[in-house]
Formats: sequence, structure tokens, C-alpha cells
Amino acid sequence: MDTFALLLQGLAVAAQPINLLYALIGVTLGTAVGVLPGIGPATTVALLLPVTYKLDPAGSLIMFAGIYYGGMYGGSTTSILLNTPGESASIVTALEGNKMAKAGRGGPALATAAIGSFVAGLIATIALAFLAPWVVKLALAFGPREYFALMVLAFVTVSAAFGDSALRGLTSLFVGLTLGIVGIDLQTGQARLNFGVPDLLDGIEITTLAVAMFAIGETLYVAAQGKRAPETVEPVRGSLWMSARDWARSWKPWLRGTVIGFPIGAMPAGGAEIGTFFSYATEKKLSKHPEEFGKGAIEGVAGPEAANNASAAGTLVPLLTLGLPTSATAAIMLAGFQQYGLQPGPLLFTSNPQLVWGLIASLLIANFMLLVLNLPLIGLWVRLLTIPKPWLYAGILLFATLGTIGANPSLVELGMLLVFGLMGFGMRVFGFPIAPVVVGLILGPMAEQQLRRALAISQGDVMVLVASPISATLLAIAAVALILPLVLRAMGRGRILSEVATDND
Amino acid sequence: MKQFLAAAMLAGAIALPMTALAADYTIMAPAGPGGGWDQTARAMQDAMTTTGISGNVQVINVPGAGGTIGLAQFAQEANGDPTRLLVGGYVMVGAILTNNAPVKLDAVTPIARLTGEYEVIVVPAASELLSLADLTTKLKADPGAVSWAGGSAGGTDHITAGLFAKTVGVDPKLVNYIAFSGGGEALAAVLGNQVTVGISGYGEFQAQVEAGALRVLGVSAPERISVIDAPTFTEAGVELVVQNWRGVWAGPGLSAEQTAAITADVEKVVNSESWKQTLATKGWNNTWLPGDAFKAQLAKEIDATSAILKDIGLVQ
Repeated sequence: MDTFALLLQGLAVAAQPINLLYALIGVTLGTAVGVLPGIGPATTVALLLPVTYKLDPAGSLIMFAGIYYGGMYGGSTTSILLNTPGESASIVTALEGNKMAKAGRGGPALATAAIGSFVAGLIATIALAFLAPWVVKLALAFGPREYFALMVLAFVTVSAAFGDSALRGLTSLFVGLTLGIVGIDLQTGQARLNFGVPDLLDGIEITTLAVAMFAIGETLYVAAQGKRAPETVEPVRGSLWMSARDWARSWKPWLRGTVIGFPIGAMPAGGAEIGTFFSYATEKKLSKHPEEFGKGAIEGVAGPEAANNASAAGTLVPLLTLGLPTSATAAIMLAGFQQYGLQPGPLLFTSNPQLVWGLIASLLIANFMLLVLNLPLIGLWVRLLTIPKPWLYAGILLFATLGTIGANPSLVELGMLLVFGLMGFGMRVFGFPIAPVVVGLILGPMAEQQLRRALAISQGDVMVLVASPISATLLAIAAVALILPLVLRAMGRGRILSEVATDND
Repeated sequence: MKQFLAAAMLAGAIALPMTALAADYTIMAPAGPGGGWDQTARAMQDAMTTTGISGNVQVINVPGAGGTIGLAQFAQEANGDPTRLLVGGYVMVGAILTNNAPVKLDAVTPIARLTGEYEVIVVPAASELLSLADLTTKLKADPGAVSWAGGSAGGTDHITAGLFAKTVGVDPKLVNYIAFSGGGEALAAVLGNQVTVGISGYGEFQAQVEAGALRVLGVSAPERISVIDAPTFTEAGVELVVQNWRGVWAGPGLSAEQTAAITADVEKVVNSESWKQTLATKGWNNTWLPGDAFKAQLAKEIDATSAILKDIGLVQ
């Protein structure tokens, strides 16, 4: 039977009233846990797993998929409104989204995130249905050296998020890279920079750092300004809904975000946040309004939000085709499959086509449900911003603290939240950008491990890094991205000099 | 709070029949949700509730550093408390040694070994290595040319690779072991032909082996396993048996009666239909070994693991 007929059959399975109900429960729970920082989709699915022993496999997997997509949807809400990213994939959203919310454009920001997530989820799920076998081949072609090249490219391109001063941006980045070294080194099992504190052995949790730097740091900053602070927060200015101009500026980033996020999500060592970095950098490069970036550019919300939803669908590619879970949620979904004696892998598509296509079809349905559920909520969410400032920031502080100790009930974790919060405050006072610290913490350890793996496999031969066409190409693009602006600037300076010279004549 | 909130939402979504029964248990899985220890803890939870041993069983996750963070917390909190259980396993033995953890397994009360899984060495279907003998020859000729993909350094996979090298007469320090973080990254590296061999529990590779994408060279079991079409290490002339086992501990400071009562409850779990079904679907072996026998076996393994980790160079 061809793919299309199988998909239609899957839709018939998913459209059974009981399965629709499971999908609805899934997306509602998923949105709720996505909005709450600290409890992520992985924990929710793990909590639900024992309950679903009694359900039929199709129903429970449909519910899990709903939670997964719902979590990706909900994560953007707190990022945009409260500058408190609930998970690493929505950190980039906070950069522009929160600026928009403060300028009274929270409605359009939430709308572009919701519609972007829908568009990306739709396209990526269809791509999952039709392209999975090819995408997975591409993903497997990525070994340590290719990942390392990808990380180098990511480092070069995310300098777009560094703000105006390269020196300050790099300083922040190196702070992040140092924090990334903390913990047990995967390759040798030895502890680094943990100062004898056992709680630091697993390294620094990305969400703890992000919540501390963004939410706590900003709360302290606002509190420190006291009454002198300008009344910047405007709940709504202009339309609550996206204007024609917002649409015009959003649709291309949605599509580009999807194209970037899907394959990176499918890579076993990719990860949703990498896709959001690339998307943000791309949008900043291509935007006609690059000066708005850092001040609330809608492209910077539309692209990354599409990218993180597309990579959620991408994650299902290796899970369904190879049995490879590439995220915590996917790992628990794999456990869910095994609970029913199903072994995801190359044989699943042929041995249980009804289930696989039912799952894919219910992802499509969950996606529609999420849009219907989320759009009307926007009006309610933005009203959060009408709360008087002292109350709002006290609430953010409470929310961030609860989220952190909810995820890991430990004093050390709470201490880290406060210390990094103070650090975030200090960096704001002295004008250092925050995002590069988080970027360094995410990319640093990935780049390091992949480089060391590549060199260990080659037994120390550095040439291996450029010996594959993929890694050579990625490194070449990175080199061009790094050198070209320098060359252009040098040439520009030359032109100005010659103009100055001619003026003198 | 969040857990409570989620649990409340859950209870609202799906009405669970709640009945208060005898003892309440809290089981700690010293790892994040989804892994082997978490699955073991949740399977115990399910077996305890369905068999009526306890009406209220909670699983808590304390992730970190190969289980040593959870172990330290457990040893402190569960002191003299007969309602607390800790799931753990062989990985913890290695992690305690490599991390030089301040709280060791002698700080808690061993109840029983529950399950076990054997390690397999696999190659991509297209690999020139057809048997363990081929691997041994290649390893002896140039140890660095054989790259082994497995889990984190000092874990069961790394230890098995080191022991394999040592048994065939190659210095374990020269083993070119490439550590991958869990969840299939090692599998992807093997499938993508990035490394020479993969080494891990059979469950990690099962689907790919059945699909013909990977070939099993050998199994670390004492005798042949019916579902795996490959010789044991011993059959191929490499005298080595390794089992990645999981077990359960209780807190320190319990009386002999309390320990006996917990052991009896755990034994009921192991004999329950629900537990047997879990083992069958997950492909785990029942390796039930209670009390003192478990304690003695544990001491032996700690010594052997300490020796091989020194040989590999991870422990001074």
C-alpha cells in the first residue's frame, strides 16, 4: 500500500472518538506542563506511563505524542511573557519575544509563536510521514567530525545574538564555555571544576542557568531601579492580533525555521535548541530590519518557534525508524512502546503499520487541536502583563524558584539559581549580553565531546576533521561566515578612506 | 508542588481507583525518568500496587553522577526508615569508584539483586569483522585501530571492553573507547560506520540486529541465549562473563525483622504476574539473589571492578 493510503487509514484510526479524547487530554496536559517551568514533557510522560498500562497501545501513544507537541507549544508562553524559558528549546524565543511583550506586542508574539508552531508541526509531520527513510540516512551520515563542524558553524552564526560589542559578547560566551566544563567528563569519567561538591558532578542544568540569568537577573535589575525605572511594560499596544505586516514578516521565518529544525531534530546528537540558534541567526542575517533585533523583532520569535516544533517532529524520525530516542521525552516514549512489546526500529513500519500511521495521523490532529486551544488563550495570557509591576516580578521570582526546585529538589540547585541570578544582574548593570552565556553552556560541551571523539577515532590525526565532504563543507561555510564580514568591513573602510581622500582634492 | 499539580491534573483526567492498603513504599530511582533504574522502580511500583503489597507507592527520581547523588541522599534520608527503597545496579559500582564518591554502597542495606542483562559486541552488517576471533586478531595487531562505542566512561560497557582486552592479552589502557551519552547515540555511531564495534546491553541493539543492520559477534553470558544468534565470549575462547545487573537496597539502621519484612515484600514482587510480564516485554533476565548472598557477590564485584578500572587508568 502506498504511503498516502496508509496515512488516510491512520487518520481513520486517530479520528475514532476515544483516540480524539486521548489526543485532547495529551495536548491539554502538554500545554499546561509546557507553561510551568520545571516540569517538562519527559516527567509528565514518565508519570503517566504506569497509568497507561491499562490503555491500548494506540491510545496511550497518541496521548504521549499530544503531550510532546503540547509541551513545545506551551514552552513559548512563559518565555515571551515572563522572560522565563521553561525549557532549553525556548530560550531563543525569550530574546525577541519578551522585548515584544514589553512593548505591548505580546499578542502578536504569542500568535506568531502559536501559528508558527502549527505550520512547522504540520509540515514536519507530513515530512515525517513521507521522508523519514531518507532523512534518517542523512542523520546517520553525521559522525563526531560532522557534528563538530556543525557546532563550529553554530558558534560562528550565533554571534548574531551577541549584541553590539564583540568583546563583551565573547566575554559572555567564555563565561558560558567555562560553566560548560563543570561536571564529570564523559570521555574519562573524571570530575572537572566541581570543587568537591557532588551536586555539581552532573554539570550545570541549562534551564537553571537560563531561568536565573533571564528571570531572576531581570527581577533584581528592575527592583534595583526602583521608582526611577521607566514604565516600559505596556500590556497591549495596537492590535492584540497579528497585523498584515506581522503576517508578511512571519511566514518566511516559519518556513525557514521548519526547514532548519526538522533535520537537526532528526540527528541523534542534534537537539532542538541548536535548530533555534540557527534559525535566529538566519533571520537576523536575512531580515530587512536587522536593527530591530534585540529590541523585539517578530522574525526572531517566528523562526525559532517554528524550528523547535519542527525538531520535535524530527526527533520521531530516528525513534520510529531506528528505535533511537534522541530526547528525554522520546526515551520515555520508547519505554512506552516496549511496554506493549513493540520494538521501534526498522521493522516497526512493516510490522505495525496501523500503529505508526495512527500515531502520525494523531500528531496532525493534535497539531490542529493545539492551535484551536492556544489562539483564544492569547487574550487571557497577555492580561498577565496588566498585573502591577511589584506583583508581577514577585510572581516571576516565585515561579522561577518553584520551577527549579520542582525539577530538582536540592539546596545546591537553588543556590545556583540565586548565584547565577546575581551574575545575570551584574552583567545587565555592566552591559554584558546574557544569551551568549547560555549558548556557551549548550554548545561548548557538545563541541568538545564531538571533537575529542573524532580525534580518538582517528587516533589523533587532525586531518580527519576535513576529510569528509559534509564536515569540510560545514567548516567552509563557517569560515566564510566569519571572514566575509571582516573583509567587507575592511573594503568598506578602504572606500571611505578613498572618499575622504577625494574630498580633500 | 509541580509533581502534585501534574498528579492532580492526571487524577482529574483519568479516574484512578485509590485504595489504602498495608505498607506504603517510596522507591528512589537515582537517575532521570526513562532509564533502566527508573523503569525498574516503576515496574516495582506497578507490581506492588497490583498485588496489594502496598496501596501507595511513590517513585522519586534523583538523577546524577551514575546514581551516586541519589545514593548519598538516600543513605541520609532513609536511615532507620523501613518504607524507603533504592534501585541501583552495577553502573553504580563503577561510578562510586571513578567519582571517588564519599557515600559508598556499604552505607545502605542490600535487599536483593533483581534483574540482569548481558553485554554484546556488535558490528555493522558490512563490517569485515565476522567473528570474535577476527576482532581479537585486529585488536592484538593494533589496539588503537579498534574504536569501541558505548556508554559513559567507567560504565559497564567500558569495563566490559577493558576486561575483554585484558582477557585476550591486550593492555586495557590501550583500548580506544569512545564514550557516548545514553539514548542511542552509540547505536547511531555504529550504524553510521563511525566506529569499529559497538558494546552495550543487547536491548540497545536488538531492533537493528533483527532487521539485519547489525551483526552480533559475541555475548557476555555464561551460556548461549536463545534469542541471540551468536556465541558467548567463553565459547569463542575468551574466558569472560559480565552481567549488568540491577538490584534494590533499603536504608541503613534497620532491624533484622524490618529487613526480613522488606525482603519478603520484594520477593512477592518478583513472583508476581505483573513483574514477570515486565521482564518478558523488556527482555530482562530474572537474577534473584537475596540478602547475604547478594552482599557477598557485591563485595566480589567491587574488588574486580576496582582492579579493572585501575588497569584502564580511570582510577588511581
